[in-house]
Amino acid sequence: MDPYALKTLNAERRARRAAILVTDLGDGRDRIVREGDLVAGDLGAAIAKAFRSGNSGTVEAEGRSFFLNAHLPQPRLVVIGAVHISQALAPMARIAGYPVEIIDPRTAFATPDRFPDVALHAEWPEDVLKRQPLDSYTALAAVTHDPKIDDFALKAALEANCFYVGALGSRKTHAKRVERLLALGARAERIAGIHAPIGLDIGAASPAEIAVAILAQAILAFRSRGLDAKGAAA
Amino acid sequence: MSDSLYLDEARDPLIIAEGWMKDGKDVAIATVVETWGSAPRPVGSHLVIDADGNFHGSVSGGCVEGAVVTEAIDVIGSGKAKMLEFGVADETAWQVGLSCGGRIKVYVERLG
Repeated sequence: MDPYALKTLNAERRARRAAILVTDLGDGRDRIVREGDLVAGDLGAAIAKAFRSGNSGTVEAEGRSFFLNAHLPQPRLVVIGAVHISQALAPMARIAGYPVEIIDPRTAFATPDRFPDVALHAEWPEDVLKRQPLDSYTALAAVTHDPKIDDFALKAALEANCFYVGALGSRKTHAKRVERLLALGARAERIAGIHAPIGLDIGAASPAEIAVAILAQAILAFRSRGLDAKGAAA
Repeated sequence: MSDSLYLDEARDPLIIAEGWMKDGKDVAIATVVETWGSAPRPVGSHLVIDADGNFHGSVSGGCVEGAVVTEAIDVIGSGKAKMLEFGVADETAWQVGLSCGGRIKVYVERLG
């Protein structure tokens, strides 16, 4: 392995950016391909597939054998609101492989007692996201219903190209939210990507069922995320 | 392979390999490139080895690491990469096998 390739790969992984190490198994030469880099032909198609699936494997292209080692950041879920839905969503998402962080400045809601074993921030989203920025491998669900808490995080999620952005509230509530986000300077075509009302339509009634609907919608967004749309947005 | 939210730098084989390299050590990197049947570690998993036989990570559940380390020290010396294959039904080729019944192919190369 080329030492420079290893250094580059580790730097990408530390920065939570997807990268694939492509090794020619015939001559041992390798290189790093970042998401959005253009690679032509069959090898390019295999690389695009590996970025989507996260699966590593050997491919035959141009009469040679290549090993693609896909290093994708761990997808994660940031929840704005330490509410009843979040109490169900946090353990479900963790089991599904999406570690959760919960942000809610209302200290009566954000208590370790209500959220055992969860990364919990009893702070304003503005402060937490400054320290731990959102990225394209992060999903964001805003479930406080309170514009003071939700709006900043929603705008930040759109700007960070989060793979999923959902917001709790009726269509009427959301229409007002759209107006506010526009006023904050968010772009209309990005706002249109917010999932609201939040969650897949499974007829969810209880907080736990709504959590299932949110998690399913986030998983769907992650597994179907298009590289072209991502590249165009970057 | 998915990387964790915050890389576990103390146990991450590729981070350790980079550190060894900075310390001036000779390093080999072993990578699972193919698996058949029930294999304990997924394709893309790494074992990193230095010239003294120190290693981190895994390519199996501990069944074949010893053999990979021996081969890796060879690879560090020669600079020539090797493709190793391990399977429970393949005991004549290698003295060790996978008790899980699977088969794995491991690519061993020198760093630099």
